[in-house]
Amino acid sequence: MTDSQQQQDLLHDEVQAGTTTGLASPSVDVTNDRQNSLWSDAWKALKRNPLFWIGAVLGLVFLVMAIVPQVFARGADPRDCDLANSRQTPSSAHWFGYDQQGCDYLANVVYGARSSLIIGVVAVLVVLLLGIVVGAIAGYFGGFTDGLLSRVADIFYGLPLILGALVLLRVGPSTDLPIISSRGPGAVAIALALFGWMTAMRLVRSQVIAVKSSDYVAAARAMGASSPRILVRHILPNAVAPVLVYATITIGVLIAAEATLSYLGVGLQRPAISWGLQIDAGQDLLRTAPHLVLFPSLILTLTVMAFIMMGDALRDALDPRQRA
Amino acid sequence: MTTLPGSAPSVRDGGGSAPILAVEDLFVEFRTRENVVNAVNGISYTVSSGETLAILGESGSGKSVSAQAIMGILDTPPAQVPNGEIWFEGRNLLTLPAEEQRKVRGPGISMIFQDALSSLNPVYSVGFQIGEMFRAHRGLSRKEAKKHAVELMDRVRIPAAAQRVNDYPHQFSGGMRQRVMIAMAIALDPKILIADEPTTALDVTVQAQVMDLLKDLQRETGMGLVLITHDLGVVNEVADNVAVMYAGRIVERGTVDDVFTRPAHPYTEGLMNSVPNVEVKGGRLQPITGQPPNLSKIPSGCPFHPRCARRRLGAEAAPGRDCAGDRPPLRLVVPGREAACHYSEEVLGV
Repeated sequence: MTDSQQQQDLLHDEVQAGTTTGLASPSVDVTNDRQNSLWSDAWKALKRNPLFWIGAVLGLVFLVMAIVPQVFARGADPRDCDLANSRQTPSSAHWFGYDQQGCDYLANVVYGARSSLIIGVVAVLVVLLLGIVVGAIAGYFGGFTDGLLSRVADIFYGLPLILGALVLLRVGPSTDLPIISSRGPGAVAIALALFGWMTAMRLVRSQVIAVKSSDYVAAARAMGASSPRILVRHILPNAVAPVLVYATITIGVLIAAEATLSYLGVGLQRPAISWGLQIDAGQDLLRTAPHLVLFPSLILTLTVMAFIMMGDALRDALDPRQRA
Repeated sequence: MTTLPGSAPSVRDGGGSAPILAVEDLFVEFRTRENVVNAVNGISYTVSSGETLAILGESGSGKSVSAQAIMGILDTPPAQVPNGEIWFEGRNLLTLPAEEQRKVRGPGISMIFQDALSSLNPVYSVGFQIGEMFRAHRGLSRKEAKKHAVELMDRVRIPAAAQRVNDYPHQFSGGMRQRVMIAMAIALDPKILIADEPTTALDVTVQAQVMDLLKDLQRETGMGLVLITHDLGVVNEVADNVAVMYAGRIVERGTVDDVFTRPAHPYTEGLMNSVPNVEVKGGRLQPITGQPPNLSKIPSGCPFHPRCARRRLGAEAAPGRDCAGDRPPLRLVVPGREAACHYSEEVLGV
């Protein structure tokens, strides 16, 4: 499409230069009111990407699973357990078998989606908020502000995500901090976001710096655009796309990190239902009942994969230069 | 149309065919930790409506920087404007509050850039970007703005404008992109259009069309055109007056015909001799020797003297006219012609 249009342009140029003859150009009628924006065109590109559809369908399945787990649990209650069924292997009636306590394992795995998704999404929203605000301020103002904020980010970079979150969640209950002291999903999400925002901040900062000095920002200034207009219309749309891609992928990564924290015993606590807790409980029985580790791991992997695939597709869609 | 770029003070009192834009004694410098780069050193010029003033100079002569200073789009720091006045419609732009300055850009003075692809925002369709001018300055609705965008694209002769209004900059050829840029720049009928090397990135046939387009638009709207270029051919074709810049100064000024046929400054003379001429066949081109000066260490006296074939130093020089010691001011040499050389009469042969 691009090529043929450029061909047309060239033809037009040649006609104008008198080296070729061609048809006169018709025009003037705005019959089509469709307003193309970055997002509507990105959506069109997304629709054509099978990677996006696989990720989106998987993601949607897990989302519905988180909202109405009963539908997927095939009528079983995850807390209705009978020790007589302990560690039974999968069967046609109970697809994922039973855990050690004799609870339906499919129901347990399905109910685990809710806390994982909530923590993943909330943590990423906090990451985005911190990253965009701090990154945009650092990139736009530069100088001392940039130096200060970047060093703060460097300090946080020095603390590994899991270790930092682990320490915070460990000491959390003994503090009076509102959400942190609760040990609920909120605390886990905040802990993960607090030690995971720096990459988003660096992305936004570097993008803002790159875009700020671009010719089209100078052109927009020369055409009389105001500073807020330049920041919102010209800098942020060009700066934020890679961050959204990063955020989508990070949902998956943070869901895995939540499972890690729960597995290590500092994330969600029993009787909460979480994939991390299930893997933790299942590892002791790996030899006798491998399905107890297999199913939560499998679903966890699929969830992480769904978000990473969507992120990849989004990255391709948001870059107009990659569009054929 | 060949009015002399007149004496600046008349701009403020108005009068006759008063210039719309007057730059007076403009200085721009870039301060870095090590040194100060004096990019523009006291230039003055005026532009009247319908006039095309070409600012001619090689890379680093300060021609683009002075344009950016007029537009108020220099990055400060490192750039600073320590002195100068820019008069537009009875107001000195340099002393206006930032918000008032902004309102002049677009409807008052507008600018097109050398590289149209990088000057267009890659994430918006061209129609959106042209329409944005109307939305930002006149508060039109999306739909209205888009209608105007299509009209403008027709005006700059982009074929099938209604179909292409939703295309992105990268889907256009170089010449068409520059037309989009021009459409944006003329959207609000500016009084002055500054074109910073508008055709440098284009091939020759497309260059000619873009210049034709600019001339036609100028004829329709009567805007003043400041054409910044190093292309002598373009200047010869479209400009009325020309100001030749060297090391941040204007070294010669006059009508294009005069300056091109009978230069009054050795630098202009050197430029003319370095261009192939169809009438003189077989001869060698005579390049100007040496390098353009380092703008943080501009030579004393006449900044061109180290490269000048006609320089007179020490005892050779007339009193007070030593090329290495006395800086020649821009002065009227013959009616309608100003040059900054102690020995312009000699160059002219009068």
